[in-house]
Amino acid sequence: MHELSICEALLRQVLMVAASRGLRRVEKITLRIGPLAGIEPELVRFAFPLVAAGTACAGATIRIESVPVRVRCQLCRSESDARPNCLLCGTCGAWRVTILSGDEMLLASVEVREPADV
Amino acid sequence: MCDVCGCAGGEDLVRVEVMHSLLHDNDHQAAHNRAHFAEAGVLVVNLMSSPGAGKTRLLEATIQALRGRLTIAVIEGDLETENDARRIRAAGAQAVQITTGTACHLDARMVHAALHRIDLGPVDVLFIENVGNLVCPACFDLGQHRNVVLLSVTEGDDKPEKYPVMFRAADLMTVTKLDLMDAVGDFSPAVATRHLRALASAAPVLEISARSGAGMEAWIDWLVAERARCG
Repeated sequence: MHELSICEALLRQVLMVAASRGLRRVEKITLRIGPLAGIEPELVRFAFPLVAAGTACAGATIRIESVPVRVRCQLCRSESDARPNCLLCGTCGAWRVTILSGDEMLLASVEVREPADV
Repeated sequence: MCDVCGCAGGEDLVRVEVMHSLLHDNDHQAAHNRAHFAEAGVLVVNLMSSPGAGKTRLLEATIQALRGRLTIAVIEGDLETENDARRIRAAGAQAVQITTGTACHLDARMVHAALHRIDLGPVDVLFIENVGNLVCPACFDLGQHRNVVLLSVTEGDDKPEKYPVMFRAADLMTVTKLDLMDAVGDFSPAVATRHLRALASAAPVLEISARSGAGMEAWIDWLVAERARCG
């Protein structure tokens, strides 16, 4: 389960963002994870509270935005939806496609509370 | 959300846009490793597969085949034991073993630590034998130049369809244990290749038996060509 390592890296990143703004309590963390990223969103939701316990991220809500897998055919130029294990062009069936979306693994944003109000 | 400044609503709540990779730290360390490799003029190949697909056996045969032509070193990743590093040293190459304990993959930091225990000076090709696992290692850039994914004939030809993230990362797929193909009976390299192409992968596919030597020449040619390209 590499999601635990990913959560540890995420925690470090979020704490750094909060500290750089002089902010203390992290309320909400928004991630963008595509099906091709190789990261299981449910496991991140499960593992993050374990690594965040006792930090400024304890109790933070994790919001995970999903991204559809989309491809553009290099032959017929059409764009179509695809599945992680079948990225063929939906129009002509060619395998020479460019991935337009679906491989994202991003920390999109962090919502933090300012110290004066904590 | 507030429609004046886009903040999350409450006066005291601040929304900070980040848009960084979740593996930002690892990617940074991987770039640092890559700089080490460039300085040393070394081609670095990350070998990934399920446990027992024949990574170490392929390396033993590769070291033997390249003797006198290219100098090989190996970073071995396993949860426990020095067994694989011992096999590589017995085959005549430098080897450093990383034991990960419970971790299911290597990351760029572990590889960096191992680099300080290896003399890259004489090395032409550095192999990183990742932890046997078709899931987790695919996510972590180690600073390598090429990913090679092994698929042994005993595992079944539908593995690329079942583990798309791993096989999509491959720059080369090798079908290994070719000598067992008749005994297995239902493995088709063409089907495995078709599943790989369905992942929009143009990676070449090589069929190899490290035991019989079949296909080793094409593998060695690929390595030599990649080495020339990076050096």
